[in-house]
Amino acid sequence: MSAKKRNIVEKIWDAHVVVEKEGHPCVFAVDLMLLHEVTSAQAFATMKEKGIKIKEPARLMATIDHSIPTRSDRTVFYDKAAETQVDTLRRNCKESGIKFYDYESGNQGIVHVIGPELGATQPGMTIVCGDSHTATHGAFGALAFGVGTSEVGHVMATGCLLQSKPKSMKVEFKGKLGKGVYAKDAILKLISEIGVGGANGHVIEYTGEAVRAMSMEERMTVCNMSIECGARAGLVAPDSTTYEFLKGRELAPESSDFDEAVAYWNSFCSDEGAAYDKEIVIDLDALEPMVTWGTNPGQAIGISQKVPDFNALQGSEKEDTESALAYTVLDPGAPIEGTAVDWAFVGSCTNGRIEDLRVAAAVIAGRKVHPQVTLYVVPGSESVRKQAMEEGLDKVFEEAGAQFRMPGCSMCLSMNDDRVPQGKRCVSSSNRNFIGRQGPGSITHLASPATVVASAIEGRLTSPRAYLN
Amino acid sequence: MQKFVSIQSKVIPLKMNDVDTDQIIPAQFLTSVSKEGYGANLFSRLRKEDPEFPMNKPEYRGAEILVAGYNFGCGSSREHAVWAITDAGIKVVIAESFADIFFNNSAKNGLLLIQLPKEAVEKLQKCDGSVTVDLESQTVNSSNGDSFKFDYDPFRKYCLLGGLDDIDYILSYENEIDSFRRANTRDWMKIGTAPRKKAATMA
Repeated sequence: MSAKKRNIVEKIWDAHVVVEKEGHPCVFAVDLMLLHEVTSAQAFATMKEKGIKIKEPARLMATIDHSIPTRSDRTVFYDKAAETQVDTLRRNCKESGIKFYDYESGNQGIVHVIGPELGATQPGMTIVCGDSHTATHGAFGALAFGVGTSEVGHVMATGCLLQSKPKSMKVEFKGKLGKGVYAKDAILKLISEIGVGGANGHVIEYTGEAVRAMSMEERMTVCNMSIECGARAGLVAPDSTTYEFLKGRELAPESSDFDEAVAYWNSFCSDEGAAYDKEIVIDLDALEPMVTWGTNPGQAIGISQKVPDFNALQGSEKEDTESALAYTVLDPGAPIEGTAVDWAFVGSCTNGRIEDLRVAAAVIAGRKVHPQVTLYVVPGSESVRKQAMEEGLDKVFEEAGAQFRMPGCSMCLSMNDDRVPQGKRCVSSSNRNFIGRQGPGSITHLASPATVVASAIEGRLTSPRAYLN
Repeated sequence: MQKFVSIQSKVIPLKMNDVDTDQIIPAQFLTSVSKEGYGANLFSRLRKEDPEFPMNKPEYRGAEILVAGYNFGCGSSREHAVWAITDAGIKVVIAESFADIFFNNSAKNGLLLIQLPKEAVEKLQKCDGSVTVDLESQTVNSSNGDSFKFDYDPFRKYCLLGGLDDIDYILSYENEIDSFRRANTRDWMKIGTAPRKKAATMA
């Protein structure tokens, strides 16, 4: 009898179960944990209280991203609590022997940008972080998911978590992305189709010709937003694109070991004909640039479409739509294109990588940001920033009237000083348009970096197509 | 972790779906390094802007059960959302469904999350008397005479009733964990513990 056909989620799961006992969640091994300043301090404190030592500091790496300023004088904090948080992580890492990528290390940045950059993120691994966008690392064929601070503590103490086996969901992206349409638009389309809780309890495997054609950066954008449809994680099976990206990176296997590593990594790919708990196909051929109109990432439409008219809806859908539109101050049934914007943001773990900055720069080169718009371009890491400067992208942005800032999460969640003012409208390459996400009273429209920049030029939501050659 | 047995309380009706953790506690309030004090900013915007928000009304003061729509706790993994809820004195959240990470975080802080069908949720939201939640028998009873059974993972129930922490449970398998690592570490891996050819570059 042949062995059961398994998908990639089951294979990684099976390879990391340490203890399986009837009626209990499994003891599940974690290969790598990433730390940042906001969700780790309480875990370190619990370890101290309990007198437990960190079991394997070499499985942990840390950086600062969420609450740090992105001004050029970023070591100066206006928020003293944030400064304490950063200093606490710095001290905790030093005391515990955890590698800490501090300012000017050359590798500081958004935790989900630097893991892949360093080659730490690899196929078949289990990766956790006290951050829901940890699924970004799934682009490499890793099972990567966000955990709370208690679970951060569990991994510190034991290298393991208690986990129940997740369900699996296959999302096939068919067709090709057209002009002006990007990975961001594909994932927004999926979320708009299945809703913000559509994949609750599942790990998504993204498959299909469109995914195979994507660069690692694009795959990261897709996996990054898996949580926005409720998925525990999202991943893409590794292939030559993955391996080319990893080769030569600091924490990737040495070249002499690479073939052995690739053979191991390949073993995690889904078996032909493996089953999933759920399957969905999304055709990308006719997809246009997407933009959100409401207060969650599922409330997204094509740029040429109209905002839903809640009068035509019923029950809780009507109420939810009505209250979302009341917050975003949009007229039901009105076209979304042409909505005036005040702010624009290119950055975040969703779209703050070098490819994103290149796309944004190509759209704005030789043009100007609309006089009524403030455009922030925030690289995802020091390394992205350096690369962008080597390519002269910083000059392109600055000459257009945009601000090219220091790396961090910035205006994606506005924990630092970067905030969209009350009542102002921002078109943003980030991942959440929740109420007040970019600052109290701010209104967010999620879109791709190209759409963000094109809209910043016109001062209103617009398709980037006319700006692309 | 605090033990959970049973409670009787008024319910706070939160007639909203997809309540995200940014609503529960906005990021601006996450710069603390402690687990305490987040209750003051629970649902900060709604409490500030909407006088009709239930938590602004005196009749719900001291209520320990929150009843919401579907997909409660979606979005960010911040455990601060759970700390804010428990710090405000809430011990049970009943909803049509919950987001995964929020569900996990709650179990680790003694906050009982109960999933009930829409009709049950709507009935409970209308109950202005008291509601009794009993974990042992997995029942919710209202003074209106409604009674609902709920499903609950037996392991999680055992932990909640005993106030037991996952960490001690995992630590009891230390030998298994160590032998797992020995068996699954490959020479070329640079992350994690020895044995391997090259010295650890991570530590």
